[in-house]
Amino acid sequence: MTLILWLQAILDGAVIGATISLGAIGITLTYAILRFANFAHGEFITWGGYAALAALGTVAGWRDVSAWLGGPIAPFSFGLPLIAATIFAIVIAVALALILDAIYFSRLRRAKIAIAAVIGSFGAALVLRNLVVMGYGADPEYFSRDIQIAFRFWPGLRITPDQIALIAVTAALVVSLHLFLTHTQLGRAMRAVRENPDLASVSGIDVASVIRATWVIGASLAAIGGVLIGLTIQLRPSIGFDLLLPLFSAAILGGIGSIYGAVLGGLVIGITESLAVLVIGPEYRQAIAFLVLFLILLVRPQGILGAKA
Amino acid sequence: MMDVAAYLVFFLCLALIYGIACLGLNLQWGFAGLFNVGVVGFFVVGAYAVAILTTPPHPSYAGGFDLPVPVGLLAAMAAAGLIALVVGLPTLRLREDYLAIATFGIAVTLQLVALNWESLTGGTHGRVSVPRPLASVLVDRVEANLFFLGMTLAIVGVAYWALERMVRSPWGRVLRAIREDETAASSLGKNAFACRLQAFVIGAMLMGLSGGLYASFIGFVSPDDALPTLTFQLWVMLIVGGSGNNKGALIGAVAVWGLWSGSGWFMASILPSEWGARAGALQVVLIGLVLAAVLLARPRGLIGEETVVSRGAQVP
Repeated sequence: MTLILWLQAILDGAVIGATISLGAIGITLTYAILRFANFAHGEFITWGGYAALAALGTVAGWRDVSAWLGGPIAPFSFGLPLIAATIFAIVIAVALALILDAIYFSRLRRAKIAIAAVIGSFGAALVLRNLVVMGYGADPEYFSRDIQIAFRFWPGLRITPDQIALIAVTAALVVSLHLFLTHTQLGRAMRAVRENPDLASVSGIDVASVIRATWVIGASLAAIGGVLIGLTIQLRPSIGFDLLLPLFSAAILGGIGSIYGAVLGGLVIGITESLAVLVIGPEYRQAIAFLVLFLILLVRPQGILGAKA
Repeated sequence: MMDVAAYLVFFLCLALIYGIACLGLNLQWGFAGLFNVGVVGFFVVGAYAVAILTTPPHPSYAGGFDLPVPVGLLAAMAAAGLIALVVGLPTLRLREDYLAIATFGIAVTLQLVALNWESLTGGTHGRVSVPRPLASVLVDRVEANLFFLGMTLAIVGVAYWALERMVRSPWGRVLRAIREDETAASSLGKNAFACRLQAFVIGAMLMGLSGGLYASFIGFVSPDDALPTLTFQLWVMLIVGGSGNNKGALIGAVAVWGLWSGSGWFMASILPSEWGARAGALQVVLIGLVLAAVLLARPRGLIGEETVVSRGAQVP
């Protein structure tokens, strides 16, 4: 019985870890390519989730379109409306990231004080979160209030269809991103800028388009992460901010700049949190990520998959 | 008229209390270039230290030693300094952003401790009836506030004087040299790590002192005092005032706290009361826009860093 409890915790941790991974990929790319720790990244998750919520509200209110898009696709709790809403969420989050960069971050980066961008992003995070509070209030929101029946499988573990969809979507995104980075011109350019921005620039690589691509990828993954959190847990204006510590821990644990590192880090953080909740209770859940981060910085600051600086 | 004067005393007390934390942040960031995103963590440790040591015994909570407030303030500085030492040791050798992330983490963790270690912190209710110094003598509210203002002014004065001495000493010059070019400073035999750690710990002690004064002044401390909004406010104070300048840190603290209190009062008077949480959110948005504007338009703040020349140096 206890063994099942532990296995279930690992499974639940992996589901949460998958969403952490999606955010951590954006953090690690911004950190490696734009060279600053973006504290506003969590807000792309929040804004993505709430943009999808807004879109769903509109679609549901617009009865004909809603009927045309259809109800939930069994066995999932969602159907085409949520998929359409996710696309809208991605558009909003990407637009937000590109606008922020154009009017704010790009100027702070040019100021040559790397840290101005970091404190600027910390301020932007609080502003963006409080804008959501102003729009929606601080109470939790749900895409659907139906209770999903979980699959049971050997030896008594439970997982809901939505959670399976979440893991499948994350895996598909990670593999596509890997293929994009290794097989396309733009992907190779991004890796070049990550390794050495000056050399990349003199080699004729268009750094501006690399920066845009970084924001587009980071914000898209974050928005999808936000929708998945809204689907499997709930939406609160603080979800992004509360995830910051797990996101940074995952990115550093995996090794800054490494996509697979961020995924590995996300899974490790998610599973560790989940197991720790069994041992010490849920009160200190958020501190677990910090503890893991602290140990990594002590023992192997370059991360598991990171190259030694 | 008396009301306005009484409010002004109350306002200045809080602004100067935050000013002390802002001075600490200025030593860390303005002079040593250390990026602390967990200021509120050090602040709140100081606040709880004073609350636990100076309150009368309580049946269900630990502590309550009824100690004098100055003893509590010293303990507040020691506690915050100790935490800074623990956080600083592994992170100050690494990339500067790692310190930012680690301090952010310690602040989140301390907030959870404040919320959940009920036998020590009182949980969500916090610790109440934290005394002020000479509480038994000063019964009148206005006199008590005036005395507290005088005491805070004296502490700010001592902290300001000590910091000015420190940043103008050889140690202060090494600190700025490391901030500007660590490789050059190290090649001259300066121990960058030790200097950074010292600046980080001393700055954190000032934040702890500020938190301790806050707990004593307000009379209670709760997990609401541990929210990241305070870190943000202190950063805005420093950046608006001008980092690298102790006068700027104090001016920024008074100016931004004035803006914050004023906008809160203004919004409470024009917005309907059911806006409650949203008005608070709007306040954060406004202060955030002030920060963005200052960062973009005047990154040096109201008064930027002054050129510091050593005593006895020949100025051409």
